[in-house]
Amino acid sequence: MHCQIQDLDALDRRLIDSYQRGLPVCPRPFLRVAERLDTSEAEVIARLERLQSLGVLSRVGPVFDHARAGASLLAAVAVPKVERDAFAELINAAPGVNHNYAREHDYNLWFVMTAPDAPELEARLGALEARLGVPLLRLPMLESFHIDLSFPIPWAELEST
Amino acid sequence: MTLTPIALDTRPASGNPDAHRHLRALLEQGLPLTPRPWRTLAEQVGMAEEGVMACVRRWQAEGLIKRLGLVVRHRRLGIQANAMVVWDVPDEGVALVGRRLARETAVTLCYRRPRRLPDWPYNLFCMIHGTRRERVLADLAAIVERLGLDDLEHRVLFSTHAYRQCGGRYVREGAA
Repeated sequence: MHCQIQDLDALDRRLIDSYQRGLPVCPRPFLRVAERLDTSEAEVIARLERLQSLGVLSRVGPVFDHARAGASLLAAVAVPKVERDAFAELINAAPGVNHNYAREHDYNLWFVMTAPDAPELEARLGALEARLGVPLLRLPMLESFHIDLSFPIPWAELEST
Repeated sequence: MTLTPIALDTRPASGNPDAHRHLRALLEQGLPLTPRPWRTLAEQVGMAEEGVMACVRRWQAEGLIKRLGLVVRHRRLGIQANAMVVWDVPDEGVALVGRRLARETAVTLCYRRPRRLPDWPYNLFCMIHGTRRERVLADLAAIVERLGLDDLEHRVLFSTHAYRQCGGRYVREGAA
């Protein structure tokens, strides 16, 4: 269900490659981007709108540091495989869940719970744990060795798959 | 580096804390795609455009904002394989292994987390993304060899389904 990589032309790709970070904080940032990519401000805005509507971009904006922006916690639960979707729905319905993945392990649902502060995080986790009826594996981040989430897009490899 | 939460530090020396909290809540949803996005935001929160930009620059300088730009949904582009690799590293060596893993281009995140014995013996986590499972496993094998990690017990947890993948929402609802 991914979009056709061929639908993204050279300008789309340059936008993505050049501006996963470093969008200028100036009155007309998209004009600056346009000047650097040798196109117009209106074209940049139209491209960003299209990439957003295709779902290629979740948004254009800041990525906040989880550890500093508030409280967050990676948690996992082990649930029966046939009930996994139902458990995942309960997890998604809980306030503050921003990632929720099925993974290949006895602990088969992995999610990140966020909250404005630590007491609220604990309250949210406790409420969800009670709702699920299974113990949460709680794995707070103790130390970060890597704080950059941007990832170079392997365009050529995507073309060939 | 150990990060100290500065969760409630949304109140700079000057300015209106409510407006700043409102601004953060709006920023978490992304910039308006208008020619003057900061002005559009400024109007929504009742600040001056220059004040909004100053706020964002300060949050960048403080590390609250890690990066500002296009937030890509990798799955949507066909980068479907997403492996969480978990390692059981002796405590005295975990920081060194963590720093070396983090320097690998294939590794997009690398965190130390607590063990939860007996169920969970792993204390170091990293993410490796790629177009396909085989590619991710090849990247991992190359890393293990290059860094000499063969002796460390590790597991690869590929994701099989994304029930949710979105940015953080840290600001208290109703704050704005």
